[in-house]
Amino acid sequence: MIQYVSIALMLVGIYGLLTQKNVIKLIVSLNIFEVGINVFIISVGYVSGGIAPILTSQNNTSALLYVDPLPQALVLTSIVIGVGVTALALAFARRMHKQYGTYNLDEMEGE
Amino acid sequence: MKQVVSILLVVALGVFVFLALYTGDHSPLQFTPYGEADLSTRVSQRFVDKTVTLGMGEAETAPDAQAEADAPAFEAMPALVVYGETRDAETGSANMVTSIVVNYRSFDTLGEVTVLFIAAFGVGLLLSGKRKRQQPAYEPSFILKHGARIVFGIMVVFGVYVFIHGHLTPGGGFPGGSIIAAAILLLYIADNEFQAKVKTFKILEGVAGSLYVIAGLLGLVIGGYFLQNFLPTGVVGDLVSAGVIPIVYILIGLKVGSELTGVIAGFATEEEAE
Repeated sequence: MIQYVSIALMLVGIYGLLTQKNVIKLIVSLNIFEVGINVFIISVGYVSGGIAPILTSQNNTSALLYVDPLPQALVLTSIVIGVGVTALALAFARRMHKQYGTYNLDEMEGE
Repeated sequence: MKQVVSILLVVALGVFVFLALYTGDHSPLQFTPYGEADLSTRVSQRFVDKTVTLGMGEAETAPDAQAEADAPAFEAMPALVVYGETRDAETGSANMVTSIVVNYRSFDTLGEVTVLFIAAFGVGLLLSGKRKRQQPAYEPSFILKHGARIVFGIMVVFGVYVFIHGHLTPGGGFPGGSIIAAAILLLYIADNEFQAKVKTFKILEGVAGSLYVIAGLLGLVIGGYFLQNFLPTGVVGDLVSAGVIPIVYILIGLKVGSELTGVIAGFATEEEAE
């Protein structure tokens, strides 16, 4: 079920990237797209009834049923890259607003 | 018109993705349904058992190809990892995700930190120039200003706790650094005079990043591989365990915290009008 939801989120993000004219909305679409992909990768490693892959004093051996730790590690990387991309994109958007006075791509005109 | 074309394109893409993932029952590439993943058929089982380099070492020492075929190393039953008892495991981290991020795939993490550094550098470059503090629309009251300072201390301590315990509990360097940056953001929002000393944070960031590379080079000199764990891994579950992992995660926490603080400082200021 959650895999369909994540594919739907990806498609919503792509639709936003195709149709929006506002730079901020484009960045939001990019983030929705990214969240969809991250949820999908996490869901690939889910095991029914599995527990978080951390040894504690209660769940104390490696023989228990754990969810897959590898997709989680990859998504950690992906989230951090997403933060960097979003920060850089927002800085560009602010610079564009300062130059042209608008966030709308259609209203921006060359000098 | 444009919306209709976009919807059609997106739906076509969705059908394509769906068919690629969920049909072809007899194909070896068939996608695992949700919740039915079997760890024992994946490499991830080795991360859980902490036996990633076990097979490789035996393959190297095997005298001929025949012996290798007789005893495929990975079929040997691995020893159980027990919390609080297992000593000198391959990586002593109780949190398996951390053991992947900072031990097995540490080189990847070094690249990731570099990408974040470049992004923060780009933000600093785009929002540079002589800057002054952006004035909020409200005047913060005395209670808000000083209450925020109290919460700031608690948040910094919590962030440090999260990245020091990255190998034992959920969390680690990246969440810990983000919590510290959030504490700085709180001060920015609650106090219209506050300005972080960006230069100090830049120095901290550079030092932490260099120390990460130096830790990797020490691993190369002592262990033979870049970012190899060269310290004793201790008992699984102890605070001082897992060798180089806590050290590297503390460095990552400091680096991420100072980078995000630089980004926040860039966004919270505006160029001074000439």
